[in-house]
Amino acid sequence: MGRPSMTPSQIDYSDVQGLVRFGYKSMTEAAYVLLRIRDVGAARSWLGVAPVTTAVLVDPPPSIAMQVAFTAAGLKALGVADAVLSGFSSEFLAGMTEESRSRRLGDAGNSAPSQWAWGNSDRVPHLVVMFFAKPGLLDTFVATATGKAWNDAFDVLRSLDTSDLGGSEPFGFADGISQPQIDWAQERDVAGGQLYYTNMVALGEFLLGYRNEYNKYTDRPLIDANAKSAGLLPAEDAPEKKDVGRNGTYLVLRDLRQDVRGFWQFIGRQSHGGEIDQLAATFVGRTRTGDPLVPIQKEGIAGIGLQPDQIRQNQFTFDQDPTGAGCPFGAHIRRANPRNADYPGHPTGFARLLAMAGFGPRGFRDDLMSSVRFHRILRRGREYGPRLSPSDALSPAPPDDPDRGLRFVCLNANISRQFEFLQNAWVMNTKFSGLTGENDPLLGNRQTTSGGPGADNLTQQKDDRLRCRVSGLPQFVTVSGGAYFFLPSLRALRYFAT
Amino acid sequence: MTPQTSFMILAPIDPERETALRQLLASMNHAVGRVNPNNSLIPFGQFDRLHFARLLIVDDKTTDDIRVYHLPPVIYPLYLAFLGDVDGDRDTLLEELARVAPNGLRSIFLCCQGFTSDTDLVAWMKQHSTPSAASYVNWRGRTVRCIREEARLREALENYIQGAAATFTGLRSQEIHAHLRRFLQAETSSGRLKLTPEDPTPLGWWISNFLHLIGVPLLFLLALPILVPIGLIVVIRLRTLEKTDPELYPRVDAAYSSALALLEDHDVTNQFTAMGSLKPGIVRLLVTLFALLLIDWAARHLFIRGRLARVRTIHFARWVFLDGRKRVVFFSNYDGSLEAYMDDFINKVGFGLNLIFSNGIGYPRTNFLIKDGCSDERKFKEYLRRHQLPTQVWYDACPGLTAVDLERNTRIRQGLETVSMSDQEAREWVALL
Repeated sequence: MGRPSMTPSQIDYSDVQGLVRFGYKSMTEAAYVLLRIRDVGAARSWLGVAPVTTAVLVDPPPSIAMQVAFTAAGLKALGVADAVLSGFSSEFLAGMTEESRSRRLGDAGNSAPSQWAWGNSDRVPHLVVMFFAKPGLLDTFVATATGKAWNDAFDVLRSLDTSDLGGSEPFGFADGISQPQIDWAQERDVAGGQLYYTNMVALGEFLLGYRNEYNKYTDRPLIDANAKSAGLLPAEDAPEKKDVGRNGTYLVLRDLRQDVRGFWQFIGRQSHGGEIDQLAATFVGRTRTGDPLVPIQKEGIAGIGLQPDQIRQNQFTFDQDPTGAGCPFGAHIRRANPRNADYPGHPTGFARLLAMAGFGPRGFRDDLMSSVRFHRILRRGREYGPRLSPSDALSPAPPDDPDRGLRFVCLNANISRQFEFLQNAWVMNTKFSGLTGENDPLLGNRQTTSGGPGADNLTQQKDDRLRCRVSGLPQFVTVSGGAYFFLPSLRALRYFAT
Repeated sequence: MTPQTSFMILAPIDPERETALRQLLASMNHAVGRVNPNNSLIPFGQFDRLHFARLLIVDDKTTDDIRVYHLPPVIYPLYLAFLGDVDGDRDTLLEELARVAPNGLRSIFLCCQGFTSDTDLVAWMKQHSTPSAASYVNWRGRTVRCIREEARLREALENYIQGAAATFTGLRSQEIHAHLRRFLQAETSSGRLKLTPEDPTPLGWWISNFLHLIGVPLLFLLALPILVPIGLIVVIRLRTLEKTDPELYPRVDAAYSSALALLEDHDVTNQFTAMGSLKPGIVRLLVTLFALLLIDWAARHLFIRGRLARVRTIHFARWVFLDGRKRVVFFSNYDGSLEAYMDDFINKVGFGLNLIFSNGIGYPRTNFLIKDGCSDERKFKEYLRRHQLPTQVWYDACPGLTAVDLERNTRIRQGLETVSMSDQEAREWVALL
């Protein structure tokens, strides 16, 4: 093993797929096409010249974009050698539907893989091709890209359409407000730990081949240099090896069906004629327009941006609300991003040593959560199905009510420590933050692992009063498909295609 | 206060009976990874002083690792281990086991070397008891009975509050506390709820614990004139060793890892067993002994109320030396998934983890014994998973309850047993409900 180089390398944006850097918000049309390889030769030819969009900043921004990612089965079908495959992470290789993994992800009951429309048994895709386009351009773009060569190469397993709900998710809440800021310049110093919450996250958390929040390199396939691998970049931490993972990352895709009517009708019943938006906001932890239920702080937070909107919506931590009276401990945003740091209470000097040794604050809810910087994900999902306003959602469903939901997409370099941890230890965990009998009010499957009473509560603490507990929450979100993908660098894509 | 103890019965398996033993152990579960608490061999559910129990075949797949030191691997016998965490005296629990489940125990132990149909069960179990080098109890003195009574108390409060929600409208924390105290009094006097007072602390235990508390540091101080030079030599030697000791963390076999995962996450609490060989040489042995002594002392006197350093998810844990201190095995009962457990360890008590586990062959390289090591997260996780052993039978007397749940329930009870509270105390207490 070579010594890690001291100066970070420059990022070659032309080697990185654009989705890592951009959300393609102005390209409001998108379709994710799940494919199985029919003819390996034809598939390689198509992939070898596929116009995959890179992360290079261009002006004016492109009006169309295409991204390609592979499952483990797909790489195998493409003829990638076992010796290369085995360098990928075990969760990627095993896939999302492994029995014990489903237990951890909460994919049980009607969210169990056996109920999925795709991603299970023989419906595991080999690859996903993601098309993005500005309004009106998607159909032409897809038609051009999927000519004869495409038809020779692939069978379409499923095409996941998306819809533009104008920045809201199907329940009607502003979405995508909080995203980690990637430290592209690799200036972040993680050696001394982290005393305050920051939104800047080490590049290696989102892109393989670079230092992560542990100041280490996440495992990925490193192979010998030879004629075939000549086009790949060397590994930073082992320059004699070629790095198949470098500038690539893992992509998690899950189809989440949302029961929009069920959600608002439940809220309506619970509000007893009162203001429905107010109760709904406690489920999310934000108002429908995206304002947090806790006050923003005066001190800035690195990586949230400097626009007034960004400050109003993201310049806060839950330090402002230690009793949970502002935002429920179990609210969606508090589970998905607890906005904490390595130690509770920001201890320094001797106090920090004491805290390390376990003699820090001893309140019931102190120090219950892992430090969030190791568990961030970059969300790149899109909605599907027609818009349904909360007031319309209160009326009964017509017979042919279409499905609505989220094509959840997230990027992370370590699926088990990032996406799976977040899903298992925070979102689905019935014991999150000292709670019991509740999981995420939006995403929760309402099941307890021990078969005890259902996890169907949401507790709102009240200042100097008895808490208010909403019980009998139905399941609002059902998983209907999913898979783990590898989003390769452009170089690795060409390597796979030859 | 009833102190907790533990037992571990360890005996080599008769190779010809290994298959039969595996079948017997499997018959105690009603599904993979899920014990039947009323199984006919050892009906764990009948022992109301037993917190956790496990039976496993100590099948160390890493004994060949010593080859990295150019030493021949030792062929160790395959052991059966039967462990339990107990309220009060361990010997009386062994006697109770022999009384309640003589046939089941006999059929299991008959698969071990030297056990025959006329062996005295209790004497044999005591004879094969193996002590821990260090052990940790989440909350000293909290008995199974106490856990169950407090869980029922919380449930009763929850039901009462749900049924009488209007009663609490407008009540402030101190008034809520007073109101629920009256509810508790009514429930206990009618016999619907029971909160048994603590038993007196056994005098013998109190004395030995006190002697341990002051004795270990005192002996340490007395031995300082010898320990300082030895310590210096050890540290100097250790600095060389940690730069040269080979690391060994190949990717864990996917089938082995999947088989382990099948046993996990059936409940909020999980079992964990890992073992490995110590690095050869006296220096590593001395460091291990010192680290375990330190951990044991701290766990016995400092970390007795819900936290092992910063970790709040461990119910019971222990380290045991095997085979003349050539190998160490670690057992724990923890909350959450293994991934979260390992993250907790790495991020919160990485220094302690390195201090002890870095003396195992192949551990990711440390720096001054407590730095680096497990912070090479992927290496560490591969290392730990590779050293993990499947546990064939695992029993938890209080399923569905995390250690944090237990702490909440205890705090609720303590609050209800407090006659009057300050405004701030009452607010914090009401927030637990």
